[in-house]
Amino acid sequence: MSRTINLTLKVWRQNKANPGGFETYEARSISKDMSFLEMLDVVNEELIVAGKEPIAFDHDCREGICGMCGSVVNGRAHGHMEKTTLCQLHMRHFSDGDTVSIEPWRARAFPVIKDLVVDRSTLDEIIRAGGYVSVNTGGAPDANAMPIPTEMAEKAFNAAACIGCGACVAACPNASAMLFVGAKISHLSILPQGRPEAAKRAWAMVTKMDKLGFGNCSNETECEAECPKGISILEIARMNREFFKAAFF
Amino acid sequence: MNWFIETISSSIGKKLLMAITGASFILFLMIHLIGNLTLYFGKAVFLSYVAHLHALGPLIVAVEIMLLILACIHVTTGTFLFFQNLYARPRRYAVKRWAGGRTIGSATMPYSGFIILAFIVLHLSNFHFVDLSERTIFDVISTHFSSMLYVFIYTCAVVVVAFHVSHGFWSLFQSLGANNNKYMPLLRVLGLIFAVSVAIGFGFIPSYVRFMI
Repeated sequence: MSRTINLTLKVWRQNKANPGGFETYEARSISKDMSFLEMLDVVNEELIVAGKEPIAFDHDCREGICGMCGSVVNGRAHGHMEKTTLCQLHMRHFSDGDTVSIEPWRARAFPVIKDLVVDRSTLDEIIRAGGYVSVNTGGAPDANAMPIPTEMAEKAFNAAACIGCGACVAACPNASAMLFVGAKISHLSILPQGRPEAAKRAWAMVTKMDKLGFGNCSNETECEAECPKGISILEIARMNREFFKAAFF
Repeated sequence: MNWFIETISSSIGKKLLMAITGASFILFLMIHLIGNLTLYFGKAVFLSYVAHLHALGPLIVAVEIMLLILACIHVTTGTFLFFQNLYARPRRYAVKRWAGGRTIGSATMPYSGFIILAFIVLHLSNFHFVDLSERTIFDVISTHFSSMLYVFIYTCAVVVVAFHVSHGFWSLFQSLGANNNKYMPLLRVLGLIFAVSVAIGFGFIPSYVRFMI
């Protein structure tokens, strides 16, 4: 069996001068052991040698934990494999001769900077609105002074696994950021350290999210299906509860 | 701004409005379905049900007014959400494949909603705003369903309603935050059972009246 494959790429190219469109590239002799980003590196090296502008894409750790990478590959956020980031999507999951479409995350709140790179600073703005716990200065508290049941710690950690990649927004039919905000609100509100500010946080983060132009959740669960960390939509249900508590009590 | 207005105009507040009004319609559908099932037992049973229902007098009018207000809120909020969601993604994907979360019911909510609205207008003009001084409501029903066109329209509309509630039922619990690992599978199944009950219970009434009575 051949260790390499050839692909036809249809890549979204956009910059200040070009309002955007697909361009076709051939990716030849791509090792099946490469990640999707390494395949793009190979294509970019050829483009540079040919004196052309390389494809701009976001990336950092390349081990699925930083949340920097992400594109819509053949209509699926981070590609067609479950619970993977784009950097962890390997070329062995493609077949020789495949045509692969690559688009940036599309949402009003994520304007395209260049090619596949989008501005996700709106997610940072939501975090700044309340995604933190206020900690007094002074000596660090004793590690086990505050008893937290394992079950609670696990629930909080499941929500905290969110890497903020924005795939939920990209996958949502309405470009809603509720899975992201739900995860951030949940992971802090489950733990005792986050409880004192829970109501203020839920209100501040949700109203900020609304102002930034994200869509509304219609419970289609596409976000959960595409989330590389498998964050559950139950975090959205928890966010709703926290928001109602903040609003009505 | 007043805290209440601020709450219900937020994204989660609008979900709350959709959920509460949607829950009321589900309750109404259940009562309507139970009542209409009397049609399967013939004219006498059905007319006896109608007589009992209308004996409630002003209570019926009060419920009708409440349903009208709830419908206005549901339709207005739903329309607003539909356009806001379109606005949130100015450029659509050239290639889009769904990951398996979407169902026919969930993907068509706004469209099925508008179809249901049109159907309700037709339904009320057919069976509610009619002169019953010289005939019974059963006569009106059998006259309408003697036409195959009406049988077809009503059966199709009921299927659309079934798809709408198949997503709406569990979705309202999620929007209210009344959902967790323990209850989600149950809510999904109950939603499906309710949708199928609506489809079968209401769906066969036109054909039953047309061919069996």
